[in-house]
Amino acid sequence: MDSLANTVQQVFNEPACGKNQGKDDKARKKGCTRALQPGAAAGGCAFDGAKIALAPITDVAHLVHGPIACEGNSWDNRGAKSSGPLLYRTGFTTDINETDVVFGGEKRLFRAIKEILAKYDPPAVFVYQTCVTALIGDDIEALCKAASVKFGKPIIPVNAPGFVGSKNLGNKLAGEALLEYVIGTKEPEYTTPYDINIIGEYNLAGELWQVKPLLAELGIRVLACISGDARYHEVASAHRARAAMMVCSKAMINVARKMEERYGIPFFEGSFYGVSDMSEALREIARLLIARGAPADLSGRVETLVAREEARAWARLSAYRPRLQGKRALLITGGVKSWSVVAALQEIGIEIVGTSVKKSTKEDKERIKKIMGDEAHMIEDMTPREMYGVLKDARADIMLSGGRSQFVALKAKVPWLDINQERHHAYAGYDGMVALVGEIDKALTNPIWGQVRRPAPWDAKVAS
Amino acid sequence: MTAPAAIHDRAAGLATKACTVNPLKMSQPLGAALAFLGIAGSMPLFHGSQGCTAFGLVLFVRHFRESIPLQTTAMNEVTTILGGGENIEKALLNIHKRAKPAFIGIASTGLTETKGDDVAGDLRLIKGAHPELDMPIVYVSTPDYQGAFQDGWAKAVTAIMEALAVPAPTVKGQVTILPGCHMTPGDIVELRDIVTDFGLSPIVLPDLSGSLDGHVPEDFSPTSLGGTTVTEIGQIGASEATIAIGEQMRPAAQVLTEKTGVPAKVFDSLTGLAAADELYAYLSALSGRPVPDKYRRQRSQLVDAMLDAHFFFGGKRVAIGAEPDLLWALGAWCKDMGCELAAAVTTTESPVLARLAAEGVRLGDLEDLEAQAGGCDLLITHSHGRQAAHRLGIPFLRMGLPIFDRLGAAHRVIVGYKGTRDLVFEVGNIFLANGHEWQPGDGAFDVLQDHRQGPAAGDATCAGVGLPHHSTRET
Ligand code: SF4
Repeated sequence: MDSLANTVQQVFNEPACGKNQGKDDKARKKGCTRALQPGAAAGGCAFDGAKIALAPITDVAHLVHGPIACEGNSWDNRGAKSSGPLLYRTGFTTDINETDVVFGGEKRLFRAIKEILAKYDPPAVFVYQTCVTALIGDDIEALCKAASVKFGKPIIPVNAPGFVGSKNLGNKLAGEALLEYVIGTKEPEYTTPYDINIIGEYNLAGELWQVKPLLAELGIRVLACISGDARYHEVASAHRARAAMMVCSKAMINVARKMEERYGIPFFEGSFYGVSDMSEALREIARLLIARGAPADLSGRVETLVAREEARAWARLSAYRPRLQGKRALLITGGVKSWSVVAALQEIGIEIVGTSVKKSTKEDKERIKKIMGDEAHMIEDMTPREMYGVLKDARADIMLSGGRSQFVALKAKVPWLDINQERHHAYAGYDGMVALVGEIDKALTNPIWGQVRRPAPWDAKVAS
Repeated sequence: MTAPAAIHDRAAGLATKACTVNPLKMSQPLGAALAFLGIAGSMPLFHGSQGCTAFGLVLFVRHFRESIPLQTTAMNEVTTILGGGENIEKALLNIHKRAKPAFIGIASTGLTETKGDDVAGDLRLIKGAHPELDMPIVYVSTPDYQGAFQDGWAKAVTAIMEALAVPAPTVKGQVTILPGCHMTPGDIVELRDIVTDFGLSPIVLPDLSGSLDGHVPEDFSPTSLGGTTVTEIGQIGASEATIAIGEQMRPAAQVLTEKTGVPAKVFDSLTGLAAADELYAYLSALSGRPVPDKYRRQRSQLVDAMLDAHFFFGGKRVAIGAEPDLLWALGAWCKDMGCELAAAVTTTESPVLARLAAEGVRLGDLEDLEAQAGGCDLLITHSHGRQAAHRLGIPFLRMGLPIFDRLGAAHRVIVGYKGTRDLVFEVGNIFLANGHEWQPGDGAFDVLQDHRQGPAAGDATCAGVGLPHHSTRET
């Protein structure tokens, strides 16, 4: 078994994954990716997932080894924000040609690394494997090793070619690359008893910045965020954190668990979406830090902050209650965001007419059931046509989903709000939830809806 | 294909480059998919791994702001080694079951080309075994590691010709229009109107103005929302003439001539006074009708616009990054207006490149363009040029595909007298807005430097700059 196959197998065996515990050996070997249906598949590849997970490391060069398809068709299309370096937004690719396919692309890759180091001098280069270069047998692991030695800079192979599986698998393989080559290779300048890692947070639309001030107020330092707004040296010295929080469902659970195993860093799974989830996250962070020796007064300080922020958030949210009460929302998204958002929306009187649970884990579903109390609201899989039907028949007033189904809603002349990756607004923390509800309000109450739903004058005449 | 690319791109340029930085280019299958999207009731299908389709989908959705039907044969590591016939079969059956398309266009990808799948052979077997797959299925070979988006489009249209064009008795007044991929749905609408006003009845292939012009249909459709119908494709052999726009369409037009005997006329551009004149004169000759008054008036307006605007164009230095036919249309027009084409970067080989006497047109990327565009008065390329324009501090005009950070990309028109007139105003206004005005004390400073530091025209939207969570809304 080659090393990639090995890693993939390991990731499938992930013991901390709730889903896995219920499976027998054979089922586990098959992996979590359900078999894709040719002609009826949707979703990104493993390379896509790996890039999403690592691209937010802002000061390194991300070099995609493959034909133009993988980087040329996709670069600069994600909303991870940086507070400093912008190199991560530069698209680097070997853009291999036919000759490379015939004779191998390794030489070009090696020269590409050299050029990047000479021109941009980043602290590290991440090299992403893709389908064609994997198929022709380019050994990026060996090459990166040789290049690291030759150039005296970390050259990190990210071995997640698209065809090994889904975006989710790619997230995990990216995590494996960090564990193998990055984390633990540097020491932080100093440490504090309040150092934490945040794992699986990508700072989309700047969401990390909605949370960081709260942590800062409590004296908690984010030693490394993996990987939102991260610098290479932060990720490399992440092994000195005292505790970790894992966000975004199970995307990087392997990183959290292995860091606990290797460096004794305890972690919990939490979310920054929703008022009570945010509070829970702060409490959990404090609990883990105190257990590892941070002063016990931290917990009291957290409670003070939570009380203040919750009161402020609910006061601001309740202003929307009279406007939004009784509105019906259809929520099409995966995992964590569903249940966090559901709770917040219900709190201000919005009725959830359905939520998709396609990507949700068993625990997620349990939680949704607890919150919504009615299993019928859970939608396993909904075709665009069915979505369109629900909206067109006015069974929902607004749809919240990812960009992919945006036009299903808009063509049905129903308000829509982006709550996935490409969104422009930040919805984390207390302020984020208020912002989300504010956006829902703006979408629902925009005067265009009355106008665009009116029939054209010639159609109206026929009707009357 | 490979060798000439290497000469331009990686040897004859400023330096030998192994690494493409900030790609201008997109891959062939995407171009093919867009061409297939111009067929009514169509479902394009990538033969490859699912990620390629997902990226293509996102790219088109962000540009057109429309749902995009696009499917994948979902190849994985194992099926790739074993060969993809079975996946193609499953994909076709699934698509037929779920979407009932009137047309399916299959484009190969780098992965399946590297393996060497015999898709044409597989298709024959599949069609034989499944008579229910009675819609036309057109296959085009488009490896990602060759050519660029424009080539994929051109090859797909050629493949449609090869598969579906048949000779037929000539229908008086019917013409076939083959637009290149650089024409927007808006351009197509304008051209169709012009042709129709000469009393001709056009069949446009592919017709993005039917499918991706941003309209609200009455009902939900899992396939393309309009476009050239399969029936219409069957009738193009009856046209009096084929009008192809862009050098990229010459091979498709030739195939059509060979198969059906319909004579073809290739226009390399419809932008600019001289280029537009050629079109209207041709249509007048073809139809035997005088140019309608409406267009005489529009010509006069264009002439007037050029007179009013030339003050602001003369001597301006322009940098353009675009696929060959768009580069030619815009570059030749800029020169017509008195600008200097200071830098030109493109994606793939084309006969127009030799004609475009810019200093070193090169196959390259946006890093190359940025390196040459310093001090220019205008940068023109797709939305990915926003970072370069910002760094250089020069005005930025978004042209081409993708344009994901501005509205209305599908409706921009630059063809004919009216389209050119509006382009003259748009670009002229950019020059006007960014012209340097002397200030007291300017003599003491580096004026050029000062001038360059003005905000890029397209980037003035960062409201609330200063707060990190506001200023992060990058253009
Ligand atoms: S599926 Fe493979 S070839 Fe396609 S984008 Fe992903 S890595 Fe690239």
